[in-house]
Amino acid sequence: MIRDRKTLLILFGMPVAQILLFGFVLTNEIKDSQLVIVDHAKDVASQAITEKLKASKYFRIEKTLLTSKQMQESFKSGNVKAAVVFPVNFYNDLLHTNKAQIQILSDASDPNTATLITNYINAIIADYQQQLNLSQSMPYQIIVQQRMIYNPQLLGIHNFVPGVIALVLMLVCVMMTAISIVKEKETGTMEVLLVSPFQPLLVILSKAIPYLVLSLINLVAILLLSVYVLGLPVQGSILLLLAESTLFIICCLTLGILISIKTSSQQAAMLISLVGMFLPTVLFSGFMFPIENMPRPLQVFSCIVPSRWFYYILKCIMIKGLGITAIWKETLILLGTTLILLGISFKNFKIRLD
Amino acid sequence: MKTLIFLLRKEFKQIFRNKSILAIIFMMPTVQCLILPLAADYEIKNINLSVIDNDKSTYSSALVNTVIASGYFKLQGNFSTFSQAFKTLESDQSDLILEIPSGFERNLIRENKQTLFVAVNAINGTKANLGGMYITNIINNYNSKLLLQLIPPSRFNGAPTIEVASSYWFNPLLNYKSFIVPGILALLVTMVGGFLAALNIVKEKEIGTIEQINVTPISKGLFILAKLIPFWILANIVFTIGLLIARFVYGIVPVGNLGVLYAFVSLYLLAILGFGLLISSFCNTQQQAMLIMFFFMMIFILMGGLFTPIESMPHWAQTIAWINPVSHLISVMRMVILKGSSFADIIVHTIYIFVLAIVLNIWAVISYKKTS
Repeated sequence: MIRDRKTLLILFGMPVAQILLFGFVLTNEIKDSQLVIVDHAKDVASQAITEKLKASKYFRIEKTLLTSKQMQESFKSGNVKAAVVFPVNFYNDLLHTNKAQIQILSDASDPNTATLITNYINAIIADYQQQLNLSQSMPYQIIVQQRMIYNPQLLGIHNFVPGVIALVLMLVCVMMTAISIVKEKETGTMEVLLVSPFQPLLVILSKAIPYLVLSLINLVAILLLSVYVLGLPVQGSILLLLAESTLFIICCLTLGILISIKTSSQQAAMLISLVGMFLPTVLFSGFMFPIENMPRPLQVFSCIVPSRWFYYILKCIMIKGLGITAIWKETLILLGTTLILLGISFKNFKIRLD
Repeated sequence: MKTLIFLLRKEFKQIFRNKSILAIIFMMPTVQCLILPLAADYEIKNINLSVIDNDKSTYSSALVNTVIASGYFKLQGNFSTFSQAFKTLESDQSDLILEIPSGFERNLIRENKQTLFVAVNAINGTKANLGGMYITNIINNYNSKLLLQLIPPSRFNGAPTIEVASSYWFNPLLNYKSFIVPGILALLVTMVGGFLAALNIVKEKEIGTIEQINVTPISKGLFILAKLIPFWILANIVFTIGLLIARFVYGIVPVGNLGVLYAFVSLYLLAILGFGLLISSFCNTQQQAMLIMFFFMMIFILMGGLFTPIESMPHWAQTIAWINPVSHLISVMRMVILKGSSFADIIVHTIYIFVLAIVLNIWAVISYKKTS
């Protein structure tokens, strides 16, 4: 295995590159969204609000007077995310009738971004209003004090780095074992091993061990990167983290073995372990989409995706700094999955090739 | 031309004889297209809420009821101390803790002011942010209702208020499905086309049949073309299946012109297949081809703007995302299907993909060598 330089390079280079790339790139924070201001009023109030919007890091402002039709066009060609429309006589209305309207139009083809942007604009306008009202103190006020726990700056990495670690480890481990064993089947060297006096399942297991070592090295590299480059420190015990990761890697390797036993060509093994596993792993780990939103049957299904439990364990150890008492259930589930997978592989393993 | 037909017959026979691969080509995208959109739901609802009500007064229970009645929050339980409630936050059972201090009602009436504490599990920044906003909005609404009750309207009207009317275009109900389905379809088409193409030439290399082609007078361009066409047709069929699923299962009717959509997808497939073939002619083993393709696929997909918005990425990453063909497909799919964009709106994307397709395919032809 070590002789195949290209493969080795891919094996180490790939996870590292991905952690780095996605650690920086994957984020849901709203930044620099393009915002169009349609200011029919051009008075003190509208300008003050525009300045406030400009000052926030969420938006990039463009000021133009668009008709509703032109606005639709600019939404259609893509880049504009939202528009804020001030009516004529905005400030006058506010002063004399104590009431004025602002319209926010947003491109909701991405619903969450639209909601977030609308809410940010709302908050900024409310802030302006509060300044106006500062002179008059409002009676009976309920003030909400918010505290963001674990991630006060609402950074994306806290959510995505553990997710990407689980994803990369799962895919690399499953795929590598599946392919390497099927390759021996395809090239015919499997037969040689099978007629040798070794116990057949032992042969397979011993094929998995180098990959276990490789994956562990990978894991350490990934963890170092996420601590020193991405700046996500491990709050909990490192030993526990390594132990849990080893368990997860073994679980993935067994899954790879099972796939390799079930398939007969490299192509099929790859298609199953990549195309078949990539999207489910991304979706059912819960780091992209909340699992509790899924319909019941899919929630049940997500329970058999090992990376779901590993992602939870990673979050608990790395971010929350919890100990084994918080995650013993998940650990048992991973252990159980591994044993079941091993059992199935053992059942399906045939000594004869046909 | 005649040679091409013979070559195509060979390729199609090879594809159709391998039943398991054929099943994978059609079944996998269909099943994933049916199931994945159900799973990919990022609507922020069902936020789990733990309440510590130290006041237990009329106001505090009315407040809690208002929050629950909003529909965004699910009450996980009432706790008497913060540390108990915090345990549920640690174990992910709740996302948000609302603490009402004792004397809430009394202080509100007597001192005109009372603070509430909200603690949010912020590991998932978006969810935390939205959850925090929702609860603040709801409490503010409750507050203004309370004001109306307590104060005669004449005094209350004194403060100027700005009303905000917000409207959501193209997807007024904020339906997450119509956002995610076109994106997932784009990914599936890309994966099927890319992986099949990447494995193809290298497979012939591994089993040795490429030698037989190499000794024939078939030109390199023709050979690549014959590899390209079958997958192009298959991927188009997969795309059509996906569109039908989107139409009849999820009720997503493309607003824009289907011709524009197909024209762009066809062009895009040429590019992605060319990319696959290029990798295929570079590699020696299927394993290598698969791994390299996988590496690129993962970057293409995760940086394609489906899961996280491209504008949120740092600038250097946005440049990469712009080179990434998948991000163009995803945005064009969304533009045409949801917003009804016309050909003029997607012209920039089209030109880029067109150039990419030509460059990649010519490169693939050049890098395929008849001598080993």
